[in-house]
Amino acid sequence: MKIFLIAEVFILVFALVLAVLRSLPGPVFFPLRALAIVYADLFRGIPTILVIYILGFGAPALGLAGIPTSTIFWGIVSLVLVYSAYVSEVYRAGIESVHPSQEAAARSLGLTRGQALRFVILPQAVRRVIPPLLNDFIGLQKDSALVALLGTVEAFRQSQINVAATFNYTPYLATALLFVAITIPLARFTDWLVARDRRRQLAGRAA
Amino acid sequence: MSAAAEALRLEGVRKSFGKLEVLKGIDLTVGEHEVVCLIGASGSGKSTLLRCVNLLEPLDAGRIVLGGEELTARSVDLNRVRRRIGIVFQAFNLFPHMSVLGNVTLAPLKALRTPRGQAEAEALELLERFGLADKRDEYPDRLSGGQQQRVAIVRALAMKPELMLLDEVTSALDPELVAEVLNVIRELAAGGMTMLIATHEMGFARDIASRVCFLDAGVILEQGPPEQIFTAPREARTQQFLQRIVEAGRL
Repeated sequence: MKIFLIAEVFILVFALVLAVLRSLPGPVFFPLRALAIVYADLFRGIPTILVIYILGFGAPALGLAGIPTSTIFWGIVSLVLVYSAYVSEVYRAGIESVHPSQEAAARSLGLTRGQALRFVILPQAVRRVIPPLLNDFIGLQKDSALVALLGTVEAFRQSQINVAATFNYTPYLATALLFVAITIPLARFTDWLVARDRRRQLAGRAA
Repeated sequence: MSAAAEALRLEGVRKSFGKLEVLKGIDLTVGEHEVVCLIGASGSGKSTLLRCVNLLEPLDAGRIVLGGEELTARSVDLNRVRRRIGIVFQAFNLFPHMSVLGNVTLAPLKALRTPRGQAEAEALELLERFGLADKRDEYPDRLSGGQQQRVAIVRALAMKPELMLLDEVTSALDPELVAEVLNVIRELAAGGMTMLIATHEMGFARDIASRVCFLDAGVILEQGPPEQIFTAPREARTQQFLQRIVEAGRL
């Protein structure tokens, strides 16, 4: 659980930075835009498990001073790198779904580009992509089981240990239920968030 | 034209989108407290002209001078300039995720760094003046089109602009909602606000304008006091345009 919660926080922030970089206009920002594009292409292309192997076994094996050797650390780094690529595309879709007239209105009032982005465009963009964000959130939670391959004991690895000891497959079932027990409330929670937002904007008084 | 001091001057303003030249050299001076109405067929460049004045669209050529300062000079800070010019759009463009009060106070809070208490007090005063005080906590989508457009006008006024640009502000409204918005503009004109208005409401233009400019194919073909333009237009194109308006029952 810890793995994916920590990873998710970093992913949400890092992916947003990537998406914003990619939306920067003009030739001046081309290098940054290109960087964000290459990043997304690269990390969406490489299988997650490969990244986990490369970083989880490779980085500590370099034996460099000052590099952490904890498998949990490298597991989290791998997940952040891979999922940020996916999530940045979700954010980008959200940003592009906000009509340009919203930015025009914000800029016409004298807000800077950054202020328009922060106060007008991103709040609307993020609200629209909450359901697909949850999608990636669930995917991440499931893929956090891959970190077990590095030897970290999380729910899946623990159940494997139990199954191996007893030849009783119930621990797998229990682990599956554990995952579902987290994702279903999360799904309902985001549904509620989206519905509340819609109610407030369309039908209700402000809080 | 006007004896008053000059508020805005356009010189040779040109703007193309790709191969399409929308503005082909516009010269126009607006005096302080003057209300200038731009009329003309759709596609004649009215909206583009307003967006150029606000620098939302970069010019291809020409100069824009506001209150003696050239806005088109390279060194000019666009954000600072835009704070001096209010623009209201045909489609309102309110921020749907913010309450009415949030919409009105956003720019004073962030662009001018007005303290929140003061920004809200000033916003409420403006909302009160335009009969919207009870809507302060509503979200835009809960309001009628007329109310939304009045909020958009208040939002622009909250920056205390020296010039207001109105871009067909009643074109997206149901007919019965047009009057409430036009009344707000009349009040602004009576208060001495300098305005450049693109409109299809000819009756309104005749009432309110100190000068009417007829735009045709990217140039100001004819301009003058409303009595003259609407009753004795000189140019054949102006006559044709007004004839069609009369036939459509809009004048």
